Amino acid sequence: MTPQRAETLEWLVQRASAAVLALCVIVHLTVIVLAVQGGVTAKEIAGRVGGSVPWLAFYSVFVIAVALHAPAGLRNILREYTSLGRRATHWIMAAVCVLILGLGFRAVVGLYGLGA
Amino acid sequence: MKTHRNHANYWAFVLHRVSGLALLLFLPAHFYVLALAVEEAATLDMFLSWTEAPVVKLLETGLVILLAAHMTGGLRILAIEFLAWRDWQKSVVAITGGLSLAAGLIFLLNAG
Amino acid sequence: MSNDTLTVEIWRGREEGEFQTFQVPRMASQTVLDIVTYVQRNLDPGLSYRFACRVGVCGSCAMTVNGKPRWTCRTHVDKVAGDGTLRIQPLKNLPVIRDLAVDMTEFFQKWTRAQAHFVPTATRGDDFAQVSPDDPRRKEASAGIECINCGVCYSACDTVAWLGDYLGPAALNRAWTLVNDERDGGQAARLKAIAGAGGCQSCHSHQSCFELCPKHLNPTAAIAGLKRATVKAALKGEI
Repeated sequence: MTPQRAETLEWLVQRASAAVLALCVIVHLTVIVLAVQGGVTAKEIAGRVGGSVPWLAFYSVFVIAVALHAPAGLRNILREYTSLGRRATHWIMAAVCVLILGLGFRAVVGLYGLGA
Repeated sequence: MKTHRNHANYWAFVLHRVSGLALLLFLPAHFYVLALAVEEAATLDMFLSWTEAPVVKLLETGLVILLAAHMTGGLRILAIEFLAWRDWQKSVVAITGGLSLAAGLIFLLNAG
Repeated sequence: MSNDTLTVEIWRGREEGEFQTFQVPRMASQTVLDIVTYVQRNLDPGLSYRFACRVGVCGSCAMTVNGKPRWTCRTHVDKVAGDGTLRIQPLKNLPVIRDLAVDMTEFFQKWTRAQAHFVPTATRGDDFAQVSPDDPRRKEASAGIECINCGVCYSACDTVAWLGDYLGPAALNRAWTLVNDERDGGQAARLKAIAGAGGCQSCHSHQSCFELCPKHLNPTAAIAGLKRATVKAALKGEI
């Protein structure tokens, strides 16, 4: 793959994941507003999300989309404000992607397991 | 302020960049706290009762506004890049700002 | 403010330098270029600046006026010196040769790098190409074709300031007019030249170029068109 094609496709992934995230965030904000009525408890969270396959699917998509989206933005910031080379920013981007996937799925899968 | 930066679309960019970075930095803490629900429900509840404090509620409102601003601002960018050009760009910036503040207000009113 | 004279601060030197203050008589319908010319002819003949046509055609007289890049020959003092002072600097994002004259080499090299030139396909034996004025691509090209290469957008672009290799609004705008030129034979090479490092994906749609272009062109919209064109080409494996 040419570097031009790779860069263009990376840009497309950032935009496509943004579109997915917009939908996720609308759902997320709605849930936040509804959930905070009367306060949030560990029990409330477990009762809603635990064992629920639709919520597992939703939060999995959410985490994957964030993991694809956020590192690209961070890379732009590093490219524009630091003197880090392209290789360095590429590896930082990959590391942040793995970090978000790891921490995100630990939480998502853990919460799903509460209902089992 | 007399600079080439002082116009609505540039400020929208600044907000998009700052909110994006802030949300990225917040994310690991968010995931960590959620994972507590699995291993230590008591610790999580202690943490959640701490979030009932008015100061923390205000900080949370700030996060809600940042999230809403990054989302609406992102849709604005997607519209610029993938839809036909519209001449009412500044109105779009105003609408995204208004929606973000509205999201924060709704959160705050429900949290009370 | 005094109505008969204007306090003018003008940059003297290269990257290192200082502002020099002049008092210039006010006149009706005076332009910023009139002010600079008055200083050079009457107060300090050593002042370096660049101009040619004085009527907004040639694109040589752009400078930073009170913080914003402007075509000085068509910028009235009334419009920009509300508080009675004028601060004139060379364009940003380009090396200063001396005083108000900048080195435009890099600006034009980026036009070359962006393949922002017409690649003919017809021979002298062919008839004239018939391009309908109503054709959507012709309309896209028409919208961006009046660029006078003044460098105002390039000077106003923060992405140019942050990423040294970014092609910038003017070169990309020109490339977009050619992407829409049905007679052009250099499409694949051009899309490859404007994708990737320093290419159209670097644009954040700040829209300072659109805000300040003296010809009211819209490089942001042109670059958005290039983003869509490069995505299509990348998905098909053409670049």
